[in-house]
Amino acid sequence: MPADSTTPVSTTPVSAAPGGASIHNIGYRHYDGPRLGRAYARRSLFSQSLRGAYGLGRSAKSKVLPMLLLAVMCLPAAIMVAVAVVTKAGSLQVGYTRYAIYLQAVIGLYLAAQAPQSVSRDLRFKSVPLYFSRPIERADYVAAKFAAMASALFILTAAPLLVLYTGALLAKMDFLEQTKGLGQGLVSVALLSLVFAGIGLVISALTPRRGFGVAAVIAVLTIPYGAVSAVQGIASVQGSESAVGWLGLFSPITLLDGVQASFLGGTTSFPDNLAPSTAAGFVYLLVALTAIAGSYALLTLRYRKAGL
Amino acid sequence: MIVTESLSKRFPRVTALDRLSVDIAPGVTGLVGANGAGKSTLIKILLGLAPATEGTAQVLGLDVTRDGAAIRERVGYMPEHDCLPPDVSATEFVVHMARMSGLPPTAARERTADTLRHVGLYEERYRPMGGYSTGMKQRVKLAQALVHDPQLVFLDEPTNGLDPVGRDEMLGLIRRVHTDFGISVLVTSHLLGELERTCDHVVVIDGGKLLRSSSTEEFTQATTSLAVEVTDTDRCPDGTAALRAALVAAGAVVSDAAGADGLSSSGHVLYVEASGEQTHDLVRDTVAGLGLGLIRMEQRRHHIAEVFRDADAAAAAAAPPATPATAGAPSAPHTTQDGGAPDAG
Repeated sequence: MPADSTTPVSTTPVSAAPGGASIHNIGYRHYDGPRLGRAYARRSLFSQSLRGAYGLGRSAKSKVLPMLLLAVMCLPAAIMVAVAVVTKAGSLQVGYTRYAIYLQAVIGLYLAAQAPQSVSRDLRFKSVPLYFSRPIERADYVAAKFAAMASALFILTAAPLLVLYTGALLAKMDFLEQTKGLGQGLVSVALLSLVFAGIGLVISALTPRRGFGVAAVIAVLTIPYGAVSAVQGIASVQGSESAVGWLGLFSPITLLDGVQASFLGGTTSFPDNLAPSTAAGFVYLLVALTAIAGSYALLTLRYRKAGL
Repeated sequence: MIVTESLSKRFPRVTALDRLSVDIAPGVTGLVGANGAGKSTLIKILLGLAPATEGTAQVLGLDVTRDGAAIRERVGYMPEHDCLPPDVSATEFVVHMARMSGLPPTAARERTADTLRHVGLYEERYRPMGGYSTGMKQRVKLAQALVHDPQLVFLDEPTNGLDPVGRDEMLGLIRRVHTDFGISVLVTSHLLGELERTCDHVVVIDGGKLLRSSSTEEFTQATTSLAVEVTDTDRCPDGTAALRAALVAAGAVVSDAAGADGLSSSGHVLYVEASGEQTHDLVRDTVAGLGLGLIRMEQRRHHIAEVFRDADAAAAAAAPPATPATAGAPSAPHTTQDGGAPDAG
């Protein structure tokens, strides 16, 4: 603290050692530096939450799971790239927009672990009033937490796409085609990150118990997916192709699958790789955007009451 | 510092604040009331976090409904309940809170180190807070309220859950927040006794209404009394009763169990209203005359609680008969002293 020596007024020498060093009893010093206000506080909360989502600034133990999941996300991409480079394949095994859909379980696990960590903790340990007794507003808190969770998911889902892209270029695949694919992939994972962040945070913000939050997030991601897949399978066997398309609206991951198939040049994981019709495609996009806006609104509503 | 004007807060079922008008000056102010008296509601409104149903309030000259954010930048708040995540260290937590108050990263670190030192947390500030004692947790809560160097702090029940030693330390710390740091304090408690040592001013609310607002001195400056405790001897099997009779006979005003706190209800302590040096002499001479052993004779101030109880009782009970002998006496030495001063000068 360089200021110690420059404020002799508030400094009282208590004792002097023979070597010339002395212990100073520094009285209370007032802070007259800048106060950066709401926007800065919001940015700080964002970066703290984003770092926290990867265990940075937290205990070593809490870094294990997010880092492990990030590695698990990137590993298949690295293997595919290695295979493509060695075999000199002309295209990647998996499209950019399909990658996240294949690894949805990993993304779901990450969200289930980190969304409650991000919001349930503040509720459980009642730190929320400490935020709201400061210049930061409830809307800032929601915005920062939402943005941080979505960014953390984006990092998780975009990193393997970059691995794929780098590998594809190393394997001397067509540059334009690969760049276009990467762009579509990034848009699809950005949408996925926003939808998943909204779902995860809304569920987590409802309970101060972290365990409940984890279980509920996993349940909301997997149970509808299982149900939709099963019913789609039945519909497909019975030859009702349009039903297969519409059914995909009812679970988060099939919803995103439908959007990327309709607009981002991918194919779905639906039975027989059926894609939703054009009309259904717009409904998919609309539902996805509504899910984002709705979860954001629900979070805002949730924090209007939470507090002191 | 804080001005409220017929401030009311009504919930569908209860009225938390009922036309409360107070004017609080800088310094340490105690806000006293039973649980549910409206203390926390008042703090919420003053922080601009809850709208008042009617009336106005100003904090540091800023209107709570319009300038809530500006108020929250200059005010610190220590909640009543536990609010510390157990898995981070005090340093990390307070740094984060400092940044939430708008302090730049470097300043946040420096202020955190300073503030934690001032509240008395040293090496342990690097350990996760889950392992802290209640006293240490209360200090961290106080530190996060002070870290951005506010002009005013709201402390909600800061002595909750502390043992007597911790309570004394916390009260001393609160006093220092004003005297050493120059930060005004509004501290709530449901215990009058602990505020009288700390506060310059006490505001009492009950059922959302203002019961009384006056300086602590006014509460306690009434006559001091002597607490006297004596032994029993063979000659006087009940020394306390004998002394009491003798003192009353000599014209002193004596009562027992004068305090509301547990200390004084032992039954072996007599409280003699002190009206000057001669009361000490009277007690000494009387004890000696009876041949009792004097265990202690100490001067004690009235507690705020007694003043309240007295005020309540005053209407019903008749005032104790004042004896002219003791009442007239104290002015004599004063006159001599006053007369002597000009000679010396």
